Amino acid sequence: MAEPAPILPLQVDALACRVGEVSILESVSFRLEAGSRTIVLGPNGAGKSVLLRVLHGLLAPSAGTVAWAARAPQRAQAMVFQRPVMLRRSVRENIEFALQLAGKITAAESRRGALAALEQVGLAHLADRPARLCSGGEQQRVALARAWALQPQVLFLDEPTASLDPAATRAIEDAIGAMHRAGTTVVMTTHDIGQARRLADRILFLHHGRLAEDAPAATFFQQPKSPEATAFIKGELLW
Amino acid sequence: MQEIIHGLLQALTLATTFDRELVRIVVLSFEVSGTAVLIASALALPFGAWLALARFPGRSALIAVLNGMMGLPPVVIGLIVYLLLSRAGPLGPLGILFTPSAMVVAQAILIFPIIAALARQVLEDAWTEYREQITSLNATRWQAMQALLWDMRFTLLTSVLAGFGRAIAEVGAVMIVGGNIDGVTRVMTTAIALETSKGDLPLALALGMVLIALVVIINTAAQFTKNVAMKKYG
Repeated sequence: MAEPAPILPLQVDALACRVGEVSILESVSFRLEAGSRTIVLGPNGAGKSVLLRVLHGLLAPSAGTVAWAARAPQRAQAMVFQRPVMLRRSVRENIEFALQLAGKITAAESRRGALAALEQVGLAHLADRPARLCSGGEQQRVALARAWALQPQVLFLDEPTASLDPAATRAIEDAIGAMHRAGTTVVMTTHDIGQARRLADRILFLHHGRLAEDAPAATFFQQPKSPEATAFIKGELLW
Repeated sequence: MQEIIHGLLQALTLATTFDRELVRIVVLSFEVSGTAVLIASALALPFGAWLALARFPGRSALIAVLNGMMGLPPVVIGLIVYLLLSRAGPLGPLGILFTPSAMVVAQAILIFPIIAALARQVLEDAWTEYREQITSLNATRWQAMQALLWDMRFTLLTSVLAGFGRAIAEVGAVMIVGGNIDGVTRVMTTAIALETSKGDLPLALALGMVLIALVVIINTAAQFTKNVAMKKYG
């Protein structure tokens, strides 16, 4: 596969997403450079998942622009969803399927790619197990391996650990860290402050569909500017 | 009562001794309905998948029509195919009226809506679950259809069998386009109808028993396969 053109930086301007009368995102603007781990933080219903889907091209915005630096940006992206979707095939074949969709490669190449990706998330021993029979945590790691195998420039993760126990969460966070070190730009949503502290270089704090704060992680956690972010960090209930 | 018991005993003898006429009729029935199912499935499964994924004006109406056509009356299908295939009809030159080929055509038309409508429902439900993931992987519509069909293969088996059950059990369409010609187009259902009207209950009963037994066996086997597969693949 030829090395695709860099799709970053990404420029998002006055992004809005509305379903009927309900506004889910409103005037969201930010710029995303290559290399960072950006955490989209906020309470449930803040519009985090919708923002990720719009960026990834799964949803069309009602207004505003999402401008990537290269054409066909979806080909250089991967996304891991809150609930992993596994096809009724083996773990390895699930990853091979993604690789084959991504480009014309031989069966041997996709097999090698799949096994290498499974190695990365520590699941090589499950390669031949039917994917749907794996535990939730294992399935999410397979989903991450599937994303890894695609070697995306940008990896989107939508609350990837929301329904996992601490051990599985740890495994996922380690794998995300490894992908980031390998050069992938990470954009992830969470409502878990601890997770945001562990992973974030930068925080986009969403509240009621608006970007309430955009700051480096250290600044955000020490000196939040908006009252909503201050309350959220203190652990007050916010909705 | 005496007559029924006598008939049943004779029927059992016919069925268990593999009476030649009986076997010939059973084999032809399976050839005709099996071929019809293969042809109908080859067309209806991709069509159902397309309809499950496509979005266009009039889609709901098309689905409603397709669902409605699941209950097409076999005799009417028989009549239409008869008109198409008869000497004066547009497909008359094919010369297949009153042959097993005509019966295959009629049954395939009869069960196409059944397989397509059931497949559409199964695949649309699956698509709801898979859509974002498969779209995220940049699959084309065609690749998504293939992935869905393969992933739901065991559930779709039930749709295909529903079509087979309908084909093997119907009498109206094959009677009209096949003509129930002894040794040529006589299948189980037309034979049962004929033998009953002639008063030859043993053969009719034997055929009826074979028909029911085979349908039950095939459906049980399919259900079993599906259960094993679901356990194996989740």
